[in-house]
Amino acid sequence: MADDAKHIVTSFEVDLKKLHDMIAGMGGLVERAVADAARALLERDAQIATRVVENDPKIDAEERAVEQFAVRLLALRQPVADDLRQVVQALKIITDLERIGDYAANIAKRSLVINQVATGFSLSGLGQMAALVQQNLKMSIDAVGEADPQKAVAVWRADQAVDDLYNTIFRELITYMMEDARSIAACTHMLFIAKNLERIGDHTTNIAELTYYAATGQALPDFRPKGDLTSAYTHASNAG
Amino acid sequence: MEIASPPMQDAPLPDALQTIPANGAARISVRDLNFYYGATHALKNVSLDIPEHRTTAMIGPSGCGKSTLLRVLNRMYDLYPGQRAEGEVFIGGENIIAPGQDLNRLRRRVGIVFQKPTPFPKSIYENVVFGVRLHEKLSKSELDERVEWSLTRAALWGEVRDRLHASALSLSGGQQQRLCIARSIAVRPEVLLLDEPTSALDPISTLKIEELVDELKREFTIVIVTHNMQQAGRCADQVAFFYLGELVEVGPSAQIFTAPRERRTQEYITGRFG
Repeated sequence: MADDAKHIVTSFEVDLKKLHDMIAGMGGLVERAVADAARALLERDAQIATRVVENDPKIDAEERAVEQFAVRLLALRQPVADDLRQVVQALKIITDLERIGDYAANIAKRSLVINQVATGFSLSGLGQMAALVQQNLKMSIDAVGEADPQKAVAVWRADQAVDDLYNTIFRELITYMMEDARSIAACTHMLFIAKNLERIGDHTTNIAELTYYAATGQALPDFRPKGDLTSAYTHASNAG
Repeated sequence: MEIASPPMQDAPLPDALQTIPANGAARISVRDLNFYYGATHALKNVSLDIPEHRTTAMIGPSGCGKSTLLRVLNRMYDLYPGQRAEGEVFIGGENIIAPGQDLNRLRRRVGIVFQKPTPFPKSIYENVVFGVRLHEKLSKSELDERVEWSLTRAALWGEVRDRLHASALSLSGGQQQRLCIARSIAVRPEVLLLDEPTSALDPISTLKIEELVDELKREFTIVIVTHNMQQAGRCADQVAFFYLGELVEVGPSAQIFTAPRERRTQEYITGRFG
């Protein structure tokens, strides 16, 4: 919270603190899920992968708990100004966090398949991307906790590098698939993993935007440095 | 509510908050207003535009000067010795605090409704026509028409049409307050001042008055003083926050209640005031 002054109604202050802590708790679970999913993939560890998948319902439950608490707070306290922005931020952030949890679970599931079908491929590109995504996610969740708009802007800018890596991996995998049709199954799984990481990056950026708004009352511009160009990628124009 | 025209504030707002209450010229322009209760400096260099056919809410802690400003707008302070205003207050282009003003005419142009209902101990009908008789010479049928017009606008006609000659004191608190609003608008003022008009009313009567305010602003310019933040947010197009005699911040209600610019405004409306 950016304010030093305390609410006249102490229980309101307590409620806002609790909301804050719940978001931090859910952020922690999600960070852990992404880290574990990356580890499961890179270390080809089926046990960790299974744990990520099993833990996903906990994240969903946490989302519902925060949502209920935030709705209760809106109904009973009728917050305004920065208090209102914090509650709205919380309601929106949990959706982003929940999606990130889903992507982490999906990566974990695919890592199990990769162990079967893609033993010969290097995962270093995905590893690099995962590391960057985790770093941004951590910074984003820290920005929420500290209500730090500067940190939020840093995250918002940093997503460009994730998108660049994604483009590189995308092209690389397309090339493998063109060279050898037998690699298509493995490469498709890897491509989905890269896409999941790229989407985690986008949700991380959303969290940063929400944090910036909650802290300052101003919205970040609509345009963000965007690097995912693969939606415009065609076989004819790029492979020739 | 149509939303158009250029922003009232110079500072740029985020796009989402570009809701501008004014539809044109300001009905009331306060310029460098200072007000003194004897030696006490109650309003300090206040400048404020109140747009026509809009509701402007004045909020702030007790003693911040909001009611004082309301009392300047129809020169009620003239009733008390030792109180004086300096500066300019234009209503429809006329500086109403300049000497030589016809106060009866001013108070017809600027009506006021107080915190507690103040019906006269007369019939409902007589309450409504009381001010009209002072200012206009109307026939019986014209007076009847005016009574229906005022009570309809005050959302009371349906409830009292069959007992217009019953005592106003037989009405409920909420009805009495709507009768006072009918009495104020019966003289067809340009501006309607409401000084905490619902603080003595139950929640349903309060909502009826709020609904009424929304209707009345089509015909009148409304200034409301309220201690109820939610009410200011619900009723007003523009909100002005006063503190210790100063106008701290004025802006569209949506901006004041989602992203106030001033820290003091934020602390007050969120209930963090020391």
